[in-house]
Amino acid sequence: MSVEGMPQGQDSDVLVRVKNLKMHFPVTEGALIPQVVGHVKAVDGVSFDIKKGETLGLVGESGCGKTTTGRCILQLEKPTSGDIEYDSVNLGNLNRVGMLPMRQRIQVIFQDPYSSLNPRMKIGEIISEPMHVHNIEPDQQTRDKRVLELLSVCGLNAKFVDRYPHEMSGGQRQRVGIARALAVRPEFIICDEAVSALDVSIQAQVINLLEDLRDEFNLTYLFIAHDLSVVRHLCHRVAVMYLGKMVELADCDELYDNPMHPYTKALLSAVPIPDPTIEHKRKHQVVKGEIPSPINPPSGCVFHPRCISAVDGCSKAIPEFREVKPGHWVACSEV
Amino acid sequence: MAVTTEAELEELATKASWYDKLKVFMRQQPLGAIGGGIVLLMVLMALFADFLAPYDPELNAFEFMLVAPSWEFILGTDQFGRDLLSRIVYGARTALFVGFTSAFIGSFIGLVLGVGSAYFGGKIDLIFQRVMDIFMAFPLIIMALAVVAIFGTGIQNVIIAITIPFIPRCARVVRSTALSIREIPYIDAARALGYSHIRIILRHMVPNVMAPFLIMITAFVGQAILLEASLSYLGLGVQEPTPAWGLMLQGGAEEYAESAPWVAVWPGVAISLAVFGFNLFGDAIRDVLDPRLRSQ
Repeated sequence: MSVEGMPQGQDSDVLVRVKNLKMHFPVTEGALIPQVVGHVKAVDGVSFDIKKGETLGLVGESGCGKTTTGRCILQLEKPTSGDIEYDSVNLGNLNRVGMLPMRQRIQVIFQDPYSSLNPRMKIGEIISEPMHVHNIEPDQQTRDKRVLELLSVCGLNAKFVDRYPHEMSGGQRQRVGIARALAVRPEFIICDEAVSALDVSIQAQVINLLEDLRDEFNLTYLFIAHDLSVVRHLCHRVAVMYLGKMVELADCDELYDNPMHPYTKALLSAVPIPDPTIEHKRKHQVVKGEIPSPINPPSGCVFHPRCISAVDGCSKAIPEFREVKPGHWVACSEV
Repeated sequence: MAVTTEAELEELATKASWYDKLKVFMRQQPLGAIGGGIVLLMVLMALFADFLAPYDPELNAFEFMLVAPSWEFILGTDQFGRDLLSRIVYGARTALFVGFTSAFIGSFIGLVLGVGSAYFGGKIDLIFQRVMDIFMAFPLIIMALAVVAIFGTGIQNVIIAITIPFIPRCARVVRSTALSIREIPYIDAARALGYSHIRIILRHMVPNVMAPFLIMITAFVGQAILLEASLSYLGLGVQEPTPAWGLMLQGGAEEYAESAPWVAVWPGVAISLAVFGFNLFGDAIRDVLDPRLRSQ
């Protein structure tokens, strides 16, 4: 697949550019002298752009490589190949020190609010530490003031400063996670399943908070999720991933109203409609079988063994990720 | 929601005095309080040995050889006429000095090496763990014997001999905990925020391996006391006439087991109580210091 054929926008307004990203984890055997027996192709040639101020949703089932993509952008994993450009700087070429100013601009909110906060630190310390490290508000007093500001921005009482994470609920902890990310004044936040671990009423609150923050601080989000209704509410564009590959990318409404890839169609048909009569009459398009192993993915189109519209050619040729309509990209030869 | 009302919030926020905390500790951890009492007693004995001991522990008095426990010699005397109570009291000083020094140095080096090994992972971890395996292959007492054989006897060398085998044991336990902590998202968050390796290791990983580390450190003090006694008993540790519990067992326990059992009984009791006390105290401390266990 050529990089030129990928959905890349104009340079001026692009903040994050992922080019043909591949992340293959080696599978080793042998305790003393480990030998590589295969690779888990967690991410296998993914490309996309995120414009300034845009929210890109990244959806797909468990194990499709969404989170790994996010971790590669954060440079928590070293990609096997491919480039990640942030504001036209290739992050792969930066060393630890060179990455520091970038770390301030790119932040992350994690899925599990119970494990994303250090249980030994007070909330105040958790939020002020990033400012200390990045020398934002070097003065102790103004820093403490900003911690309180951040807490109130995220809808938390100032009392929580002296609390430990285990004294708080999941929703409150997630707000602390958001406050910590905001502490360094980032431009771009990767929300890695940021609301999946919360119950529905808290989810709505946190989503509204994320929306408000986006407007207030002019943030750009990469919103990784598996809940399609949440994504529709928050995102401008949505990318669908399957087994390490991108299968469809389009504007939010376009993707939901006019899905083209059989996998996207199946995914959307799995979203329940909150009306029992419609839900009962509705025809579901169910994906058959299990997700194949990313160690040994199917030949040709990775989705063909489970696809209802697969033809003979699907098992041979890898479908090109092409623009079938302006702004609507699909990797399916039958569309 | 874990916390619901304002009143509960206030209750959580109020700071209890240390006396109240002590009372709560004693109620929640009665065994730990007993252990703590024994440890405290030992520490006091060691600190105030000069005031507590009725006689000079090294003074030979041949007119009082093997006197049975009496009002004059509460625990009796040994074959050289030395007062056993005085020797037990001064022996606590030797035991605690060796115990604390070797346990703290050994476990601290082990802590840094273990967490570092887990954090950096990969080849560093692999090579490092194989080196630890080599050290672990020697039984504790054999390792200590080898060290004493190389450096010679004396209290300083006993401490070295006991410290070295503690390092890999501590490093191994700490590493396994640190490995699981390394995968927890708050470490990813720390890395994503660009914290330095040192900061992540010291501020984010070390405090979270404290629970196993603390029980290990207290168990190590107990073990070190036992090991020091063993080495002294084998004649490789502290040398006469320094009062040390293991040495007291050696100095005639077999010969006088029937005619004067107190010579062997008291140092034996002292060693057992000390090890028992440190182990109980260690378990209780672990439960109390871990905030996740505290509220339960």
